[in-house]
Amino acid sequence: MKPLPMLRFALRGLWRELRSGDALVLFGALAVAVASMTAVGFFTSRVSAGVAREATEVLAADLRLESANPIPAAELAPARDDRLRRAEEISFPTALFHGDRSQLVAVNAVTAGYPLRGHVRVAGVPYGPATAIATIPGRGNVWLDSRTATVLGLRPGASVRVGAIRLRFTRVLAFRPDQSVGLVSLAPALLMNAADLPATGLVQPGSRVTYAALFAGPPAAVAAFRAHLRAHPDAAVRVREAADDSRELGSAIDRASRFLNLASLSAVLLAAVGVAMSARRWASRRIDGVALMKCLGATQRFVLEVALTELAAIGALALLAGTVAGAIAESGIAWLLRSLVERDLPAASAGPIAIAFATELAMLLGFALPPLLPLRRTAPLRVLRRDVAPPRLRHGVAPGLALAALFAILWLMVRDAALVVDLAAGIGVVGVVLGAAGFALVRLTRRFRGGVGVAWRYGLANVSRRGTASVLQVVAFGLGLMILLLLAVVRGDLMREWRASVGARAPNEFLINIRPQDAPALRRALAALGAPDAPMVPVIRARITAIDARPIASLRFASARGRAFATREQNLTWSADPMPDNRVIAGRWWGPADYGRHWVSISTEYRDALHLRLGDSISFDVAGEPLTVRVASIRRVRWDSFRPNFFLVFPPRLLDGAAGTLITSVYLGPRARPGLAALARRFPTVTVIDVEAILAQVRSIIDRASLAVQYVSLFTLAAGVVVLLAAVQATRDERRHESAILRTLGASRFTVLSGVAAEFAALGLLSGLLGAAGAAATGWWVAHHLFALRYAPDPKLWWIGILGGTALVGVSGTLAARRVVGTPPAQSLRAEA
Amino acid sequence: MHPGPNGARLALEASGLTKTVDSPSGPLTILADVDLRVRAGETVAIVGPSGAGKSTLLALLAGLDTPTRGRVAIAGTDLSSLDEDGRAALRRRQIGFVFQSFQLLPSLTALENVMLPLELAGDPDARAIATAALTEVGLGARLEHYPRQLSGGEQQRVAIARAFVTRPPLLFADEPTGNLDGATGRRIAQLLFERNRAAGSTLVLVTHDRELAARCDRIVALDAGRVAG
Repeated sequence: MKPLPMLRFALRGLWRELRSGDALVLFGALAVAVASMTAVGFFTSRVSAGVAREATEVLAADLRLESANPIPAAELAPARDDRLRRAEEISFPTALFHGDRSQLVAVNAVTAGYPLRGHVRVAGVPYGPATAIATIPGRGNVWLDSRTATVLGLRPGASVRVGAIRLRFTRVLAFRPDQSVGLVSLAPALLMNAADLPATGLVQPGSRVTYAALFAGPPAAVAAFRAHLRAHPDAAVRVREAADDSRELGSAIDRASRFLNLASLSAVLLAAVGVAMSARRWASRRIDGVALMKCLGATQRFVLEVALTELAAIGALALLAGTVAGAIAESGIAWLLRSLVERDLPAASAGPIAIAFATELAMLLGFALPPLLPLRRTAPLRVLRRDVAPPRLRHGVAPGLALAALFAILWLMVRDAALVVDLAAGIGVVGVVLGAAGFALVRLTRRFRGGVGVAWRYGLANVSRRGTASVLQVVAFGLGLMILLLLAVVRGDLMREWRASVGARAPNEFLINIRPQDAPALRRALAALGAPDAPMVPVIRARITAIDARPIASLRFASARGRAFATREQNLTWSADPMPDNRVIAGRWWGPADYGRHWVSISTEYRDALHLRLGDSISFDVAGEPLTVRVASIRRVRWDSFRPNFFLVFPPRLLDGAAGTLITSVYLGPRARPGLAALARRFPTVTVIDVEAILAQVRSIIDRASLAVQYVSLFTLAAGVVVLLAAVQATRDERRHESAILRTLGASRFTVLSGVAAEFAALGLLSGLLGAAGAAATGWWVAHHLFALRYAPDPKLWWIGILGGTALVGVSGTLAARRVVGTPPAQSLRAEA
Repeated sequence: MHPGPNGARLALEASGLTKTVDSPSGPLTILADVDLRVRAGETVAIVGPSGAGKSTLLALLAGLDTPTRGRVAIAGTDLSSLDEDGRAALRRRQIGFVFQSFQLLPSLTALENVMLPLELAGDPDARAIATAALTEVGLGARLEHYPRQLSGGEQQRVAIARAFVTRPPLLFADEPTGNLDGATGRRIAQLLFERNRAAGSTLVLVTHDRELAARCDRIVALDAGRVAG
């Protein structure tokens, strides 16, 4: 047969194939897998694109040059490219005066066009609602942040002195894109017009000034300029690119998207089971038709081509439908995570469709094609003699290969081989454990058959008779329910346990930038507010320059944290004793005899990120002074104690001469907290950080993220429903026959349907039991091994699992099988004859 | 067509046809040394009690199964010289079938069922030819009906239309009235013979219905796997 008629022949039958049920379940299984992959893929691609775009906003530009001196014009020559927009920003700290009051501020003097990326947001009054603004302060005007305005008691229109000139405070500066988020840059900020700068007289040779040249434009122009800068490096000029700052944010998003990808993979794996079951049933239903077609002269090739064309068409339809469903579901994820990703996200790329297609292809080739291939060997003799054996529809090694392909695709997405290997092993273990438990439970149902009514006896008999299919369904739903229960119930329990372990009076306020001379007065002021024992911990900043005499720039670190430790300034401290929530796990803490020695104690995070060992030497630049020390001990730190803690701690006397500030953390009750405003006014350099507000934000992010993972887990349940439908389809003829016999013997339709409902309710109950047990066991393991918490599962976990499973599986299974048992017995028996 | 020994063209020739299968109690001979020659245009009934080997003989003659020994030639082509796809191609060109259980594809309409052999042969006018064929058997108004929407007699009419639609020189019918009541069976038999006569085909009919067999030119009786008379 020529290809076109063959195609027409294959496609003509497709719609009816889909309506027949078997092909529809196959389509559904594929579509669920595609939808789950694309939903997560679209979301992560949009977030990644958003992160890249926001990263340019963090610089207020696409490319930023920074230097302690005015940047030579020659350096900027290629930037005369018309396509590049340009602005300048000059920053330095100074004191701002209003009457007899003063405040240390970070001045940012900008030229027109600033910011080139992102928006400055301003408000009319301190802490008032902010709106974006497209201009910079006019000449003679200044914008100040809420804190400075409050400390100085300023109202809009007031006059302030900056160096030699007076400027008018016109707006409250709520946000500028390049205010970085680290603790140091929380210094009060001032935005002014660069044209006013010379008159202030503040910028003199030797002043601590940062000159920045900002550039933005089409990617090609930016790339050309970047290439020029790389070709002509200048040690005095630092080139900052979006990627530098986006890396950290990107890695956080990476971690979030990994969980989403893992959740979607569980749906894909279950859907693969559905594909295998439905494809097998679909193939077996084709046998008689193939025998007839061969009898009428169809060749093996034709038979195969028709089956492959239909399979390909089902795959294409599932890809289309799944992608549409995925795109709709993606907007749900974006909505749930809207507080995590606050801005409007850019459009998704088409990449996830390609990944979903690869996944679908692996499922089709590994799980659907194998039972179709033997069809071509069907003996045409079957049209005359039904006793001729049909071809054996075996899967062979293909599913194993397809599983390997699915894990390879997962690796492509998460790029973490260890995670994928752990996951594969984890799924294997969970599969075996759930399978064994499911098998035991299914076997157990036999014992209960004696003591129940006829409908239940019939239902339970079916559960144990269809052993393999029952175990598969119990495991499929058990897994889906386990993930949902873990996230919905166990996570909440663990959160409560953790909060209880931290204690009600854990510090809730951090005070930083405390000048040493203010420490005694501040301590007294805090004692008056009800926090008598505020520890004053010294802090200085240092940058790592070398490890074991190898310059840090020559070393490569795999983790984002390693790169951050290597390139950024770190806060460090010195102390005679280890902090109360630190435990020395290697090496030796110093005694009085060791004070002043060139030693350092590092935290486990610092050790892991920079691959350090005891005895390694680390060189630092501490405020311009070189310092080389040896790793004397390694500490495990409980960061969630909310006390000041450090990656790096030095012995006393080593850094005593270095100028630094102090930091403290205290617990202030609700009544004492209003006193903080007076404290801030009295100690203007001190920055107060409300840990409770940050914690609430973190909690809300975790809540949202886990809600998104739960949402994606619904695909796992959908895949479970597909497995159930496939199982119902596979037993359709059998059920029709049984129902006909039962009804011929006098059973009412209600009795037969009750039996079916009993069968699926029993399966649901077993799944719920399995899911709750799995969630409780995982919760215990996580609590015990990862958080060192005690955990006893809440009884509601069991109730929700069992009732939820029974309702979900009972209702969907009964609905699916309803039509089969509803067929009039005469019709069923005649059809079989 | 291949000329027979007496000069007439032979549509079908089987010699020494034997089929033995393995059974729990050792090899079982279903068909032993059957010789059969059917002239072109002849109608032959193969009769015999259940288990006599009628369906096995039909399967071997149509190339649906391979003999343990002996040979079958259709229009002079030795089936043993063909592989499975070769035998399928020969059936496509030379043979039509009517079965006891109709063997219509449930997912195809009456029209599509009749179009099937034409499409397999790559006929571009399949739809028009099949429509005409169904009209000829009195089902012009039932083209879009599915098999489950048709009575047994109507389903067999569709099967007859399908059997003749490619104008095959040779037609095999396996108990064509076996699943029908008496009156319907007689009407279907009438239709089958009419269509056969009109097409000028050779008909090999397997039946245990003596009345139906009597309508054929010749009767071959099988008993316990051997030609009895």
